[in-house]
Amino acid sequence: MTLNRRRFLKTTAGTLLAAPALVNGALADGHGPIKFVSILDQSGGLDIYGKPMVDATKMAIDEMNEGGGLLGRQIDLKVYDPQSSIQFYTQFATQATAGDRADVVHAGITSASREAIRPTFSRYNTLYFYNVLYEGGVCDINNFCTGSTPAQTVEKLVPYAMNKWGKKVYIVAADYNYGQITAQWVQKYVRDNGGDPVETEFFPLDVTNFGPTIKKIQSSGADMVMSALVGGAHISFYRQYAAAGMNKSVPVASTTFGVGNEHKLISAEEGDGMICAYSYFEEIDSPANADFVARFKARMGADAPALNELAARSYEGAYLWAEAVKAAGTTDRMPVIEALRSGLGIDGPSGRVEIEPKTNHALQNVYLAELKDQSFNIVESYESQPPADTLMVCDLVADPNQSVFKFENGLKAAGIDI
Amino acid sequence: MDLFFSLALQILYGIANLALISLGLAIVFGMMRVINLAHGEFIMLGGYTVVVATNNGVNLWFAMLILAPLVVGLIGLIVERCLIQWLYGRMIDTLLATWGLSLLFIGIITSIFGASTSTVVSPPLGTVTIGEYTSSGYELFLIFVVIVLLALVYLTLKFTSLGLVARATMQNSDMSACLGISTSKIYMVTFSLGAAVSGLAGGLLAPITGVLPNIGVIYIAKAFITVISGGSAILAGTTSASVLLGGVNGIMSYITGPTFGEVALLFTAIILLRLMPTGITGRFFRKSQ
Repeated sequence: MTLNRRRFLKTTAGTLLAAPALVNGALADGHGPIKFVSILDQSGGLDIYGKPMVDATKMAIDEMNEGGGLLGRQIDLKVYDPQSSIQFYTQFATQATAGDRADVVHAGITSASREAIRPTFSRYNTLYFYNVLYEGGVCDINNFCTGSTPAQTVEKLVPYAMNKWGKKVYIVAADYNYGQITAQWVQKYVRDNGGDPVETEFFPLDVTNFGPTIKKIQSSGADMVMSALVGGAHISFYRQYAAAGMNKSVPVASTTFGVGNEHKLISAEEGDGMICAYSYFEEIDSPANADFVARFKARMGADAPALNELAARSYEGAYLWAEAVKAAGTTDRMPVIEALRSGLGIDGPSGRVEIEPKTNHALQNVYLAELKDQSFNIVESYESQPPADTLMVCDLVADPNQSVFKFENGLKAAGIDI
Repeated sequence: MDLFFSLALQILYGIANLALISLGLAIVFGMMRVINLAHGEFIMLGGYTVVVATNNGVNLWFAMLILAPLVVGLIGLIVERCLIQWLYGRMIDTLLATWGLSLLFIGIITSIFGASTSTVVSPPLGTVTIGEYTSSGYELFLIFVVIVLLALVYLTLKFTSLGLVARATMQNSDMSACLGISTSKIYMVTFSLGAAVSGLAGGLLAPITGVLPNIGVIYIAKAFITVISGGSAILAGTTSASVLLGGVNGIMSYITGPTFGEVALLFTAIILLRLMPTGITGRFFRKSQ
């Protein structure tokens, strides 16, 4: 269509006249379905994490819809697959906010993806949940980080493993912000417990040959290895480590092993004896969890993936949001944020999860477990752990107008001694 | 001293690994000037062959050494007949077609096996102890396999009539055709053999790296750099480039860590190609062509 002056005036006038109706329409949209958008990698190197998360999110939303929805409205779940590419994350984040006008977005697996999309949600005033364990430090009124952080997990894992295996610790980690910052937390906790972080090495996500590193671990005289490796390619480390016969002499503890169901991908003899700490394990012995696992398996059938913190927390994250919507009586962003920050909590499969209002992180239970025959035996549990790492640097009660990642330049820059 | 030997073994393994993942691509590129962007997926298919076979109770050694090259060789044959044979001499079109093929393979395998596979094949050999250091026995075995493989390729090219015909086709395909050699048949056999070697590589690597539908992406870049740096002579090129790049990578990885190990590998390749645009064998070992 050619645009001449007359037609331009006509359409512009028409739009202007219709504008109030559009606005009314948007407001009256309170009766349509609620829009819940999820952006999680279901292909590419990060799919080992994303797929169970999507399955668990779908289960939560389906359960809510079967129970009559929220505020009498159905929930419309839209799932995007950014294919382990940051570029697609930013694209889908814009689509979710500006295009779909989502009421809430649950998104992101790696910290790199979270930092790529968090500003978009702040700018467009779209409520954002990040349901993955991470290095801590996000201080954003608009962003609820429900996963566990190092002060909750690594702080328990390091002394437990050091008591068991020895004080010299070799750290291997993925080479992006999660691995870099988590390695600093590990160094800090190793030193706090009188140990020696002998060496720290970082690996790009596509490295599959760990031979030289395994030799270095042998010659370093380390007593144990702490791994914060991420993604499908890095599973090779555990296999090659076992193939060199190292897993018996210098055992491995990890801040990431198992949340991609790696323990099902490597054999029992390769994995036995590893120690991990998360806020959820499929093996948690409680009626609520038994019920959750049974429902998930019934729903997924024979293809059901193992459940881990990422999947369980995606499920619980959806319920935390739903609880806040019920309490607020609306899906509008600010009332929901206020409801979440009023000490709101739910009882999920991992136990009690509550939002901590200074940080928008979660008070949660933490479990320490040892791998045996491809399943985790829980050896310790800790109730209602605060996100102490983020609490050191963030107080959204005192200053709610913040949207920053405090550990962006490492822990030292944030004033934490490592 | 123990450390030195154990490290030397490790570097040798790095070199063997590079040669193993590159050889299939080198055979196809050296013979036919076809750049097969689906090379990584041939390796991946070899890995899946082993996973499926062992899950169905097939002996692991048989699956790795016989089944994987056989299955992937057959796939290579089909691909050559249906796709590649129409594209000889059209470099860009071949690139595009094989890239599409690689996406297709990834898609098919993902939809059949899911994006992550539960492979529980363990490396089938124990450990080797050198002083206070332990190395994987399987890595030693892989080094041995690569040496045998290179020797086989050498003997085939040098002493069999197939090798003679293949070398003739490689040097001047028009003249060979005039002399009554069916170059199209030679190309078909070569492509299948290249695919079979890639399949063997995938099968052998499956127990130590695991198998994912998109694992080929990890291999293709390195295989490419090795082959291009090596130049067009199949054996001398692959071997010399693997020794150089694998050696640099192994030593730098040990000294500084894997990130700089990779950087050093790429840096060496860039410098090398700047000085020798046709690869190592474009300047040295010219007779080996």
